[in-house]
Amino acid sequence: MAHGALALVDLAPGEPTRTVFAGRPAATPVAGARSLPALRFLTCGSVDDGKSTLIGRLLHEQHLILDDQLAALEKDSARHGTDGDNMDFALLVDGLEAEREQGITIDVAYRYFATARRTFIVADTPGHEQYTRNMATGASNADCAILLVDARKGLLTQTFRHANILSLLGLRHVVLAVNKMDLVDFSQSAFEAIAGQFQAFADRLGLAHVYAVPISARAGDNVSSPSARMGWFKGASLLHHLETLDLEAGGADLPKPFRLPVQWVNRPNLDFRGFSGTLASGQVQVGDEIVVANSGQTANVSRIHTANRDLAQAQAGDAITLVLDREVDIARGDILTHATHRPQVADQFSANLIWMAQEKLLPGRSYWLKIGTRTLPASVSEIKHRLDVNSLEPLAAKALGMNEIGLCNINLSQAIAFDAFADNSQTGAFILIDRTSHATVAAGMIRHALRRATNVHRQPLSVSAATRAAQKQQKPIILWFTGLSGAGKSTVANLVEAELVALGAHTTLLDGDNVRHGLNKNLGFTDADRVENIRRVGEVAKLMLDAGLIVLCSFISPFRADREMVRALVGEGEFIEVYVQASIAACIARDPKGLYKKALSGEIKNFTGVDQPYEAPERAEIVLDADHESPQVLAQVVVQEIRKRGLIERIE
Amino acid sequence: MPTLPPNLRQLEAEAIFILREVVAEFSNPVMLYSIGKDSSVMLHLAMKAFAPGKPPFALLHVDTTWKFREMIEFRDATAARLGLKLLVHVNEEGLARGVSPFASGSAVHTHVMKTEGLRQALDLYKFDAAFGGARRDEEKSRAKERIFSHRSAAHAWDPRNQRPELWRLFNTRLHRGESMRVFPLSNWTEKDVWDYILAENIPVPDLYFAKPRPVVERDGTLIMVDDARMPLLPDERVQLRKVRFRTLGCYPLTGAIESDAENLEEIIAEMAASTTSERQGRLIDADQSGSMEKKKREGYF
Repeated sequence: MAHGALALVDLAPGEPTRTVFAGRPAATPVAGARSLPALRFLTCGSVDDGKSTLIGRLLHEQHLILDDQLAALEKDSARHGTDGDNMDFALLVDGLEAEREQGITIDVAYRYFATARRTFIVADTPGHEQYTRNMATGASNADCAILLVDARKGLLTQTFRHANILSLLGLRHVVLAVNKMDLVDFSQSAFEAIAGQFQAFADRLGLAHVYAVPISARAGDNVSSPSARMGWFKGASLLHHLETLDLEAGGADLPKPFRLPVQWVNRPNLDFRGFSGTLASGQVQVGDEIVVANSGQTANVSRIHTANRDLAQAQAGDAITLVLDREVDIARGDILTHATHRPQVADQFSANLIWMAQEKLLPGRSYWLKIGTRTLPASVSEIKHRLDVNSLEPLAAKALGMNEIGLCNINLSQAIAFDAFADNSQTGAFILIDRTSHATVAAGMIRHALRRATNVHRQPLSVSAATRAAQKQQKPIILWFTGLSGAGKSTVANLVEAELVALGAHTTLLDGDNVRHGLNKNLGFTDADRVENIRRVGEVAKLMLDAGLIVLCSFISPFRADREMVRALVGEGEFIEVYVQASIAACIARDPKGLYKKALSGEIKNFTGVDQPYEAPERAEIVLDADHESPQVLAQVVVQEIRKRGLIERIE
Repeated sequence: MPTLPPNLRQLEAEAIFILREVVAEFSNPVMLYSIGKDSSVMLHLAMKAFAPGKPPFALLHVDTTWKFREMIEFRDATAARLGLKLLVHVNEEGLARGVSPFASGSAVHTHVMKTEGLRQALDLYKFDAAFGGARRDEEKSRAKERIFSHRSAAHAWDPRNQRPELWRLFNTRLHRGESMRVFPLSNWTEKDVWDYILAENIPVPDLYFAKPRPVVERDGTLIMVDDARMPLLPDERVQLRKVRFRTLGCYPLTGAIESDAENLEEIIAEMAASTTSERQGRLIDADQSGSMEKKKREGYF
């Protein structure tokens, strides 16, 4: 094996020393080493199966650990090392202090190296179940996975979980590296038993290309050269396999249709209008007729602009700017395609989700969904099932917890263009983002559009919401009163409504307690039920809004995400959040319905402010100080604000 | 124009995607421009990403006042050549306190003039996204960092709680006061950077090329005497040696290497034969093994 062309694995250097480039004879770049795109692979598997050690070993054997790094490693091994007097290669990759102290990998680390044949980008991912999301992150950007197994322990839950995630994320090339063979006396039967068991599982998952190799990452057997101690193994060493891996093998990469998710509209001056983006798949040529997938509008490509020169044709992966022959309404988030191979367009689809947050997935709650270059509100309408990672059995589920995998139906606020993930990972993958914490809470892979979305079309109405509002000479809005129980929401809302009616406005009032006697009487007070409660109220309020009314809603509505969900249902400026702010102490002292007393004694559960949190609004349009002002004064504040916004000026 | 090899084309397209994504999703981005080779490549990619227009953001240089004079000349010439807006920020308060690499030591100087200066500038202009030219292959804690790296309102990095970065779906949501550091060159290696500079003929400061320069040898490191502010110890004498720099920073904190590499091809050949890593010449990294992570938690780039 030739020395590596070059790599810069890095450690913060030890003592500064004077450097002279004396040079080292062997490490000259080999022509052609970089003529292929880099192979991106990840290492995964259960904790302590030796992932980081394997990468450290690979780099070391390729002579890719430089002098100052080796010096730092020796120092680190003495302090944190787990391999006696030997150098602990895992310390090369576990770069965070917390990782070094605990001797585990927490987050994905990326490493770069090259051999004479190929360049590699390696994602070293954590094995602990707690950090599964980081493993999925590494897998989402990889061409190939090395799944490690400890020969002494065989296949573990984490092995199955990771194999599952690899399959869900569409990784077609998996190397099963049965590690620590030195600790089972290089036993052929031990290796074959594990490899056979895994192959059976892989077949059920549909993992197409599995290569099993027995190794010892610590001692170096079968890592970059064949092991003398496992003469019975006739396959290639791990590195040799990676160097020669043919990603196109199996013919699975049939030419894919052209997809250009528009990233940015480039208008530097009046003479140029271009649509910038990176081709997700396929190719496009000057003269091609393209279609905006969502609107169906068409145009012809007049230029494919790049900074160096115009192209006649662009391929998947090229970052380009398309210029069209006519004015078409195109914005960020649109997908440009050819007319003959269009993506699906729907506002509901079925998808596999990997849940990544501590807080559970709740059906009905509104999240941001980002797909391609588009971000829009979405919710999970139904969890069809959760997957048992060991047996692959579907299990019934009301919620998804951290690291759980489930098949779900997703509802969008509007129709979008997409492909099934299996057909096109770039136009079929999405993430969900929590609207309050902004955390990335799920990875999603679309299976198919839901038929009810494609066949149920909205009935166009001849009398519009605007017409109904005009007749009433007012601008309809939702006034959403939120706050702790006993803060005075309903009292203030009642006074506001009375005043508005006296002024001649048309109103209605939805009150939390009243709605729970009818529409929502089948709902309780768990987190999931509270989400559904607000979702239904939001939909009702929207219907009332369409009827042209000023809709007053009085609900504790403790979760920010749910209030944001209602806000997202209606147009800009149509949702006015009124935060009736009262201290918990004042509410307990007031306790108009005697509920705090019961909650504090434990008689009732899930009571906001006692054993369930209240998330105060961050950008309420109106904040009322209920600790210091009377309901009458507060009601006047709200009415003044409505006047100021000109919502009822035509009446007055 | 010869076509790029496939691995560089891949890296170029990835960086352009990242640059465009930031401009599309943030309201007030800025590009941290530190004058070195990585910044030069990043800037070149930005010129490409938004062509035929100009990048819709300014360049920001946090000047510690101890950069090589040639760097400052190169900075001003580059901004003028490309017609871009250049913001230069100096931590005046640190300057008034007399903070300098010699008076305060490297750690205090870097913290006050670079990290605090950067935080001041970001707060002053209320940038919600800042591009940096850092690469994951530079250092171990960088290897763990996201391409879109979230910072709290206090500019702190929380390495234990990073957002998963799936596919190319970057989560760009921020709360008020928070910001994002974005690294378009995350997946580039030092060699990729030089190969790309060669292939695209990108100008870089002359300091990268070997020529006779006045240096003193101090604690085993060659320090260039760039101006009269450098105090010499009694037994030190300035000598002219043929040296170059592998990275550029504050001149008193940047070790030179003896070299004969006078052009890009020779730099690339020399690097391939090297037995030490790039940041080896950076005195500020050497305090302790986890020191980059510590600086980054505090808001260093």
